[in-house]
Amino acid sequence: MAKIVLKGNGAVALAIKMARVDVVAAYPITPSTFIPEKISEYVANGEMDAEFIPVESEHSAMSACIGASAAGLRAATATSSQGLELMHEMLFIASGMRLPIVMGVANRALSAPINIWCDHQDTISARDTGWIQFYAENNQEAFDLMLIAFRVAEDERVLLPAMVGLDAFILTHTFEPVDVPEQREVDDFLPPYRPKHAYLDPERPITQGSFVYPEYYMEFKYGQWIAMESARDVIDEVFADFASRFGRKYEKVSTFMCDDAEIVLITMGSLSGTVRHVVRELRNEGIKVGVAKITVFRPFPHKEIIRAVKNAKVVGVLEKNVSFGFGGAVYGEVLATVHGEGLDTKVLDFIVGLGGRDVRVEDVKEVVKICSDALQGKAVDKINWINVDKEAVKNA
Amino acid sequence: MYEVRFHGRGGQGAVTAASILAIAAFKDGYDVQSFPHFGVERRGAPVMAFTRLDDKKIEIKTQVYSPDCVIVLDTNLLATVDVCKGIKKGGTIILNSVKDPADFADMAKRIGGGRIATVDATSIALRHGLGSKTAPIVNTAILGAYAKVVGNVSLESIVDTVRAEAPAKKEENAKAVEDAYNEVKEEVFG
Repeated sequence: MAKIVLKGNGAVALAIKMARVDVVAAYPITPSTFIPEKISEYVANGEMDAEFIPVESEHSAMSACIGASAAGLRAATATSSQGLELMHEMLFIASGMRLPIVMGVANRALSAPINIWCDHQDTISARDTGWIQFYAENNQEAFDLMLIAFRVAEDERVLLPAMVGLDAFILTHTFEPVDVPEQREVDDFLPPYRPKHAYLDPERPITQGSFVYPEYYMEFKYGQWIAMESARDVIDEVFADFASRFGRKYEKVSTFMCDDAEIVLITMGSLSGTVRHVVRELRNEGIKVGVAKITVFRPFPHKEIIRAVKNAKVVGVLEKNVSFGFGGAVYGEVLATVHGEGLDTKVLDFIVGLGGRDVRVEDVKEVVKICSDALQGKAVDKINWINVDKEAVKNA
Repeated sequence: MYEVRFHGRGGQGAVTAASILAIAAFKDGYDVQSFPHFGVERRGAPVMAFTRLDDKKIEIKTQVYSPDCVIVLDTNLLATVDVCKGIKKGGTIILNSVKDPADFADMAKRIGGGRIATVDATSIALRHGLGSKTAPIVNTAILGAYAKVVGNVSLESIVDTVRAEAPAKKEENAKAVEDAYNEVKEEVFG
């Protein structure tokens, strides 16, 4: 293994190359453009034995990946924001056909207004497409989770597509050291894809993605449900195998100082490091606060969330998305999980960092202050927008 | 943790300089991070880029608000951009300029005292045929000044990284770094 300094996009492109992907079909969009650029370079230089298809839209990118995967090949792509939205209908087809396509998504805000910077609205809006979802905190995680995604997606017990979210610019354009394994180590971890359910063979023709009457449709959907449920254990197995080979341990929810915490902050993606940084500082001031970072959002890690928050009195969810008319998506799921378990823990939502608004140290401190107020029994809002000029909106 | 902010114009290579400094610091054993400010570099428009280095693992992912060092690739920016903003007291400002550090003493006073360094990176770049007279490529040379003045990243690592990362004129870029290292002038103002 060798540590090299890579951009998040570079880490994703390298993972796709080292995963020996057969077909990459992609359309460029900021801030994920570097990924298809780099892959086309790898292919052109002969460093990667793959078909690179520069398609005319993201809808076509996913369509081509579906075709390749249905033909029995390992397929991957990368996109972001509007690109993910444009491929939205094809996302359902990939999962419904049980095709283990892997996609890196540079998490970016959606228009309007036009904005190219980070939030999670794009992948959160793809929450119900039947894809497994991973979120990376740093470039090492982006690299590792891409490799892990192939293993999980292609497992016979799963056979679902998987996306790995990495934060726009904060990871995609940031250089960090990344531990890159040897090719043979990756080959041992990720053997060639040999599908039993989807392939092209003139000797044994099969139909895929066919028309289905009401008497069978629900069975297909239930099959997807079971596959996503099975993914829970498969992800744990693959995480454990990855740790034994590469020494880096992943968890669906990783906790930091949660055991005795009265307040647990739930995070996803790159802001997790900033939150831990602040929590360390606040611990020195005697505030009992911890962090639970969600790495796997689909399937949703109910058990692991309960384990992380069971001793807490207040849970604060920091998230870079909003479902208008409800609150953040992560908040909704944490709330349902915690109260579904019968815990009377207070759950508060904090909408942060939309459209690249920096999540600063003082913003995290404000979140903890509101959670502390709730802990002391003071009335606080359930849904809190942090670092927003509310007066400007009122006066507009 | 040591934080550096680069000010330049789109096309001058501030973002590349920030990443080269990070890679060089990584060679010297630091954990590192480098990133552009907002990441849309239009040619000629003011841009910023950042480098963080630390002996410990860097977890924080915020923008840099109080840098230890600021590097200015184009002093014409001083008229429109507040390059002193947030610099720590006693911090360092490195400017690409033919002038002496004393000519920028007021900047040191603004940050409550600090070190000013000047280097004529434009002449150094032109001497080695880097870029054109109207658009000299000064981003590699300025890192030589950083190595001398700040001293937490070795000249050797910066030269090695510049040689490895420069898309063309590798030796000329490496020479520019060494010249800036030797020619930079610095002065501390209380």
